[in-house]
This record gives sequence, structure tokens and C-alpha cells, in this order.
Amino acid sequence: MAISVRHLSKRFGTFAALDDVSVEIPTGQLTALLGPSGGGKSTLLRIIAGLEAPDSGQVEIGGLDATSLPPQRRNVGFVFQHYAAFKHMSVRKNVAFGLEIRKRPKAEVQRRVDELLELVHLEQFGDRLPAQLSGGQRQRMALARALAVEPNVLLLDEPFGALDAQVRKELRVWLRRLHDEVHVTTVFVTHDQEEAMEVADEIVVINHGRVEQVGTPDELYDQPASAFVMGFLGPVTKLGGRMVRPHDLELTDQPAPGAQAATVLRVTRLGFEVRVDVKVGDEEVWVQLTRGEAAKLSLKPGDSVFVMDAGKEIAG
Amino acid sequence: MRIVAFGYLGLLLVLPLGLVGLRTFEHGVSPVLHALSQPNAVHALQVTVVIAVIAVIGNTVFGVGVAVLIVRHTFPGKRLFSALVDLPLAVSPVVTGLALILVYGPTTSLGAWLGRHGVHVIFALPGMVLATIFVSLPLVVREIVPVLEEIGTDQEQAAWTLGASARQAFSRVTLPAIRWALAYGVVLTLARGLGEYGAVAVVSGRLVGKTQTANLFVEERFQNFDQPSAYAMAFVLASIAVTVLLAINLLRPADEA
Amino acid sequence: MMSATGGARRRSGTAVGLGLATLYLSLVVLVPLATVAWRSTSHGTDSFWHSVTTPEALAALRLTMGAAAIVVVVNVVMGSLIAWILVRDDFIGKRLVDTLIDLPFALPTIVAGLVLVSLYGPTSPLGINLAYARSGVLVALLFTTLPFVVRTVQPVLLEMDGEMEQAAASLGASRLTIFRRIVLPNLYPGIAAGAALAFARASSEFGATVLISGNIPFKTQVASVHIFGLIESDNATGAAAVSTVLLVIALLVLLALDVAQRWAVRRG
Repeated sequence: MAISVRHLSKRFGTFAALDDVSVEIPTGQLTALLGPSGGGKSTLLRIIAGLEAPDSGQVEIGGLDATSLPPQRRNVGFVFQHYAAFKHMSVRKNVAFGLEIRKRPKAEVQRRVDELLELVHLEQFGDRLPAQLSGGQRQRMALARALAVEPNVLLLDEPFGALDAQVRKELRVWLRRLHDEVHVTTVFVTHDQEEAMEVADEIVVINHGRVEQVGTPDELYDQPASAFVMGFLGPVTKLGGRMVRPHDLELTDQPAPGAQAATVLRVTRLGFEVRVDVKVGDEEVWVQLTRGEAAKLSLKPGDSVFVMDAGKEIAG
Repeated sequence: MRIVAFGYLGLLLVLPLGLVGLRTFEHGVSPVLHALSQPNAVHALQVTVVIAVIAVIGNTVFGVGVAVLIVRHTFPGKRLFSALVDLPLAVSPVVTGLALILVYGPTTSLGAWLGRHGVHVIFALPGMVLATIFVSLPLVVREIVPVLEEIGTDQEQAAWTLGASARQAFSRVTLPAIRWALAYGVVLTLARGLGEYGAVAVVSGRLVGKTQTANLFVEERFQNFDQPSAYAMAFVLASIAVTVLLAINLLRPADEA
Repeated sequence: MMSATGGARRRSGTAVGLGLATLYLSLVVLVPLATVAWRSTSHGTDSFWHSVTTPEALAALRLTMGAAAIVVVVNVVMGSLIAWILVRDDFIGKRLVDTLIDLPFALPTIVAGLVLVSLYGPTSPLGINLAYARSGVLVALLFTTLPFVVRTVQPVLLEMDGEMEQAAASLGASRLTIFRRIVLPNLYPGIAAGAALAFARASSEFGATVLISGNIPFKTQVASVHIFGLIESDNATGAAAVSTVLLVIALLVLLALDVAQRWAVRRG
């Protein structure tokens, strides 16, 4: 179901967490709310879930005004950053919770829990307590618990934020695949642009309580609407006072039209990439090359080179 | 250092406790049983248990409710309210007794009015219950508040989003999460209720065979040079105390898990 | 929190709950205590001062405060030491000792009094007779207040995992310096809280002192026992006056405890 948010504002004391925010989240998609910490994205998600009340504005879920509905009656699935596992219940009991509240017949609950445990690959862990699971397993359990009640929308608040880097990456891919199977309208909050770019169909960039830009990952990366979006979504450097992506810059050892003379300061290898810091006039600029490109030029500090911008121009 | 600490504990705790056991069974088991089967002793124990159980029920309901109010709700004057809940810990039992007499005693207008309606508070069971509730009032609250703070609201909110009403979320999620702290608080309240002497002494009128609790029995028998009876009852109360200690010790690691 | 209508429901729930809790608290605790304060001055402030400055009342208050102060000092030292041993030391039966610390909380006060009389009374098997002496009062109060400092210092020590001390040692601090400049400052809030609770308990104790002290006016009679005597002799106003003094001290102690706890919170 689609979610429609209109003119939402929310203050905590003097701090404006959301300032007149309007967003349309289309049905069936995986949407990321992306932005720096404290930018208001979690507050927006919690207002959609009914866990926080807005000062003004409206929330519609599936075309129905949900603004004054309590969380119990919104039929949303919510996944918390720190899992919010019911510590005293087994994994099965956790997943069954929403169904038992809805007084579904025992046999149906059994069957549904089995299905979900299979979906999240926790079949063998049904009788364990949350404390006996790893972080990634706990979060998968929380996801199964949220999906069990067949929610209209699935909301995830920094779902991988408490996990270590390797598990994060695995779960990210897994969430994308899961969504392709389940197709429930999903909104997830993250401050990790890589995560948003990799997983989401659409990204809503939120900063200082306002929506900066909405678009597909490619649109946002290639046509950022502001310096903030450009800087937040990928690496940036400045050449001639303009913001450019370091991988859009080219280095040559021969002068070329539009190229500026530069001096190599440092060459740093980062695995497959090579970062070259050069000095152009008074500016320090960094250029990202592939290993092959760097090897061809065989750069050393002090070398004279020429740098030019091969990418599209973006207003800074 | 270890020796200093052990010596201190030995002289203050272990030796005295052991000695009560010795004194009690100086002449074997039968005098003890005899002393405890006197009608007054049996009655005193019954009165004590009744009072303690009522106080536990009252203070458990109050304690859980107040802990939830303090941790999960906002209202003006919250800090003052929470300080007032702790107040009984710092009040002398004798002052507690006096305070209750001055409000509910037969010579006060409230006490006289209650008396005309057949309710006698002071020198009767209700006053002893009030005194016991007073002295053990903060114990459940103080155990639950830190646990409620620590578990946070995530689990409750997760239950809400899954469709649980506030009451369902409380009984299925919050209550199980605080159950060990609650049990600990209840055990402490029970121990305090069984062991209160001063406040109950003041409000009870100490009528032997009527308003005499087990603790009052110990004092009265001792002052009347009936040491065997005093020691026998003291031994019963001390055994309860040790059982309580063991119960607390069993509850504590579960709390940390 | 929650939605607009849920919020309203929640607020009314808060009001009902708070109302019931306040009623319970008022009926049992607040109204009676306020009545004590009110009654103490019901015959004018002169009669209040007269009641609290009778030689007997003054002696009882002086003994109570002095004994409480001594007991707090002893138990701050011994309690911290015991807490230290329970956290940092390893020995057989540690769990048992840890359990035993709470005995004074669990043991009925009159039983504690009886227990102490049998050990330190006229028939003491150790040959130490403290009955009817001020030192008897001290022993009784030491017993009842033993757990407070232990139980407030222990968690702080448990949380200090030794990294700070190791850091200090690596910076060249001696063991004494580490204790004085690293360990002790971290324990202060816990010690302060324990000391406040112990003082409140010691200054209000009744049951444990009744049997061993003999309640001799001007010698071993503490304030609580003095008040008890005034109640028994139907001098409610006098009892209320001395009680008010104890109540004010209790309030000051609670205030000090609150300050100590906020100090602890601020220090994280």
C-alpha cells in the first residue's frame, strides 16, 4: 500500500525534527529514508508507524487517513535498530506474537510461523531464546515477527545499524531478495548511502528536518539537486571552485584542451583504487584512478601532470 | 584486609546468629516446640502472617503502578512524587506509629468517626496493617524502576505495532520482563512485613493474644524473663529471614541474565 | 507519544493512576507525617521548643546523632572494605558471604536486638558485656546499617573493570596513588549514598536498640525510644515535637541522597 505524508511537522522542545515534510511513497517499492543522524528520518518513520504523534500534518496509508490511529490499528510491521526482541519468549513465540494477539487459530499460527522461519532461515532456531542468537539472527527474527501479521507496510529503523560490517552487507543483499519475494511496501531508514544505493528502488534524502531530494539511486547520484545531496551520496572534491566526483577527473602526462597543470602530492593505494592528491594552483584536489590507469602513468610525488574534468557539470 | 573484613562480619553477623540457634536448642527440641505451640505464640504468628500478606498485596499493586508512572509517564512534580515515595525509608518506625495514631487514633475526629462506624484502626489490625504498609512502601518501587528504565520502550512499542493493546503489551511483554525484579521486591516487602517491630508496637497497643505479633511476642517474653519462648520465636523469625536471603540470592542471578 | 487520540487516552490514564497512587501514599504516609508536624506546634512554638529542649530529649537527640555519626564513619570504612573484597578478591564461600551481608535487612530488628544481647549481653559467652551501655547501642546500630555502604559501593566497583587503574599504572602511578586518585574518587558517590541511607537508618532505629540499651535516660536512651516513652505516657504533643526533629533530619538526609545520586549521574 502506498504511503502519503503531507506537511508533517514535529518539534522536540525547540528542536525541529521535521519541518513541513511531504513525501509520496509508492506501493510495492523498497524506499530508503537517507540522511545524517538527527536529520529527522527516524522521526518520520515513527510517525508513519504511529509511535510518535506529529504536531501538524497528515499521514495516509493505502488511501486512508491514519494520522489519529494508534499504532495497534495501523497494521504496519516495524523493525527496530536494536531488534526489540521479546527476551523472555522463544523465537517461535516472538514470531507468533502478532498472530496470537489477533486470535488466529492455533494450526494457522503454527503453519505461518513455520513459513516465516523458513523465509528468514531460522528453521532450526525456533525454540531458542533471543539471547542465544547472533545479532543478525535476531534481526531476521524481528523481521519475521513484523511480516507475520501481513502488514500493509513494512518499516525498518536503521535495521542493520547495530551489526558488524560483514553481516550488514549480507543482510542488505538478503533484504533486497526478500523484498523481491514478498513485495510489501517497505520503508527503511539508514544513514549509510552505500546501503541505500544498493538496496532501494527509491531514495528520500532528508536533512535538517526537510526533504532534500527524492529519486532513484542513479538520479540522485548523477543529478544531485544540491551540494548536500552530492556530498552525501558519494565522494566529492573541488576543482576550480566547482564540486566534482574524483572518479570523473582524468590525469594525463600531456597537456590537453581544458586540462590544468598540477603537481602530484601523494599517491595512496586503496585496494583496487588509487587515490592521487594533486595541487592545482592553490587548491588541493583528489583524483580517483583505477590501478591500471595509475600504473600507466607511474606517478610519484613531485611529478607534473594535467588534470581535467570528464564528468557532467553540477551546480555547486 | 581480608582478615579485618571477615573478623568484622564474624563478630557482627555470624556469631550472633549462630548463638541464637545454640540458645534456642540448649535443652533440646521439645521445649522449643512446646513454647511455639502456646496459644499466644500461634496467634502471634498468625497475626504476623496476615498483616504481612495484606501489606505485600497492597504494596505490590502500588509499587508496579507507581514504577510505571515514574518511568513511562510524564507529569508535573514527578521528582517530588518519586522522592515522597522513598520517604518511609528515612522515617523512624516509632514516628510512623505516632503519625498513624495522630490521624486514626480513637481520640482524633477521623478515628472517632471511623469508630462510630465500627472501624477500629488503632490498637487493632487495620492500624498494624497501615504501619506495615508504611514501612515497606518503597521496596517494590525501588526494585522495579531501574529495570523498567533499562529495558526501555522498544519491546512495548514492538508489541503495539503488532497489534497489542496497552494492557496486552503490559501483561505479555512488560510484566515478564520485570518479573525477577518484582519477585525480589515482593520478597523484600514480605521480609520487612514479617519483621516490623517498632511501628507495629506503637499502634497495636500490644494486647497479648489479640494484637501481639511474633516480634512483639519476642520482646514481651524476653522482658518477662521467659527466655526459652523468646528464643524459640526469634529462631522461627531468623529462619524465615535466612530463607528470604537465600530466595533473594536465587533471584539475583536470574535478574542479571 | 502515540497518536493524538491515543495521547489523550494515555494522559487521562496517567491522571487516574497518579490520583490513585497519591491517595494511597497520602492515606498511609503523607497525611500522618504532616499531622505529626502540625501537632508538634499545636500548642504554640514555645511548647515545641520546650518539648525538644527538655534535658531528656536533648540527651536522647545528642546520643542519637552522635551514635549515628560514629556508626556511619565505621561502616563507610568497613563497608567499602567489604565491598572491595567481595568484588576484587577471590575466596571460597564468597557467594555465602555476599548473601550474608543482607542479613540485617532481612532479620527482624527485635530478633537482631535479642541476638546481640545474647552475644554481647550479661550472659555473653565471649565475656563482653555491652548491655545497658552506650557501646551496646553502637553495636546494635553497626549491625542494622552494615549493608548500606556495601550495597552502594559494590556495583560501582563491579563497573570499574580495572582499565582505568591499568591506565594509571601504565602512566607510572603507585598503588597508593591509584587508589587515592583513581579508585576513591569514583567511589565517592556510592559511599555518599550509602552513608546517607545508613545515617537515616541509624538515627531512626528502634527495635534493635530496645533490648541491649536498657533505655536508661541520659545514658542509653536514643531518640526513638524517648519518643516511644512519651507516647506511652500520653504526651502526644511532646512526642510529635521530637518526632518532627527526626523527620526534618530524615528529609535533609533524603535531600543529600538526591544530590549524591545526581552527582553520580552527572559523572556517568
